[in-house]
Amino acid sequence: MIDIFTGGSKLRFIALAILLVALITLPFWVTGIYYINVGSQILFYAVFALGLNILVGYAGLVSLGHAGLFGISAYATGYMLQLGAGHGTAIAVALIIGVASMAVFAVLSLRSSGIGFIMITLALGQILWGLAYRWISVTGGDNGISVRGRPAPFGFSLSEPINFYYVSLIVFLVAVIMVAIFVRSPFGAALMGTRDQPRRMNALGYHVWMIRFYACLFSGLLTAVSGILFVYYTNFISPQTLALTSSAEVLLMVISGGPGTLLGPIVGATLVVIIKTVVSGFIERWNFLLGAIFVAIVILVPEGIVPGAIRLWGLITRKRAATPTASAATTERTP
Amino acid sequence: MATSALRLENVDAFYGDSHVLQNVSFELGEARMLGLLGRNGAGKSTCMNVGMGLLAARRGAVTVFGEDVTKLSPELIAARGVALVPQGRRIFRSLTVRENLLVAGRKPGSGSKHAPWTMDTVFAMFPRLKERASQMAAHLSGGEQQMLAIGRALMGNPRVLLMDEPSEGLAPQIVAEVMATIRKLKESGLSIVLVEQNPNLVFDVADDIVILNTGGVAVVSTPAALRQDDALLRLHLGVF
Repeated sequence: MIDIFTGGSKLRFIALAILLVALITLPFWVTGIYYINVGSQILFYAVFALGLNILVGYAGLVSLGHAGLFGISAYATGYMLQLGAGHGTAIAVALIIGVASMAVFAVLSLRSSGIGFIMITLALGQILWGLAYRWISVTGGDNGISVRGRPAPFGFSLSEPINFYYVSLIVFLVAVIMVAIFVRSPFGAALMGTRDQPRRMNALGYHVWMIRFYACLFSGLLTAVSGILFVYYTNFISPQTLALTSSAEVLLMVISGGPGTLLGPIVGATLVVIIKTVVSGFIERWNFLLGAIFVAIVILVPEGIVPGAIRLWGLITRKRAATPTASAATTERTP
Repeated sequence: MATSALRLENVDAFYGDSHVLQNVSFELGEARMLGLLGRNGAGKSTCMNVGMGLLAARRGAVTVFGEDVTKLSPELIAARGVALVPQGRRIFRSLTVRENLLVAGRKPGSGSKHAPWTMDTVFAMFPRLKERASQMAAHLSGGEQQMLAIGRALMGNPRVLLMDEPSEGLAPQIVAEVMATIRKLKESGLSIVLVEQNPNLVFDVADDIVILNTGGVAVVSTPAALRQDDALLRLHLGVF
């Protein structure tokens, strides 16, 4: 498993191919619809975490209001469907509203960075949560919006859990490829430059605010996509989805997995969704367990699971290389 | 003197309430090298920051090839062909060597008279960077980091290069390598301001010398004249 991160390109390719095959064949080797649905949840929450990771990991901007953006695209989908729009129209409108909301978020919050950015995004997220609660004529207030039916593109009905899983998988893979291209592009390098040394980027001729703004839009797009998948998965959206705890949860996915890595948010999303859905069936106080795991991660691998695993693997292999094995010593002595 | 590449004219600059630069004026000629000397806290780096637009001059004017850039932001000054190799290198430690250079890439301006700098030409000048192109910049030695900082500035295809203590913290052999590179850059026709604390390094390469003392210009001279005036150097630099 570790070779995925540290091995040569051939090993990495093989490991990724095995992972891909495992994801494609998942509905055939997991038992029951429940676990296929858990797989779908992991996939769309991973897209959400990848979106937040653009800001947290690559731009150094920690947002505590992303659940508001996630929720607003989910609400937009539900509301459009309630108005009688088709699924295509509802999804397009939700994407536009999601990205436009992120643009407004960015204009207001990019006036600051660090703790200021966190507080402004927190406040904006809470405003959206408050609107979801109080703007009853649109959002249904505490009762939320129920969505009837799921799309069936080319007769491929998303009401079937396996079909929903495969659509989520396609969206997830597209998101991963997009983020991988984004991060490796000159723009990605510039974004990381603004994270590390904004003043230096300024002196190199970059408009730091604009780079961060574009990064916000990309993050908003991925967040909106995951919000749409969420509302089609649950067929329901309520203010609870926009609450601060939801923002903290996705931030936890990013931080626990490893911010600023491609694999980190995916691992973090897997961890949090499994604890939330599977482990909560066995342990009543699953929040306590999640907190304990997070504390353990912070103490043992403060950089996150993925970079931490790379570091620990490096330590182990270096130690092995430094200590001559008994067989090697024997070989040396043998004439 | 040739055409003015960079001119600071009666510049006053402040850090908060601290009056750091007082009525500072000097001029860098095109394709020349100006050595900016002074003790710690004399205002050398502040002059560089003002020239780059990182610190706004409260009074006075800054011009680049005759154009007033006093009120411009750093990215606009960079677009006019000014690049800074900052003190302490300030490379992007979490990016690879190649990414550090890629980030700084900029096409030469219309006024540029030099062959454009590309990744290949920077690697040709610093072969060691090419060997380490895929390595994280944080893992480079001090000398290599300095080469990367210079290479990064060159990738912006500047007409004016501001170098803030490029020899700081480097071993003597590496300092010699860096100075040889600076000499080559000067020969290529680049206009350079070289900030240093060690006057001997500057005297070997600079055409003109400005010595700052407590935020003001104390001496404007040439290396040849200053080499003959130990008393003046002792007075303002206190190193002889």
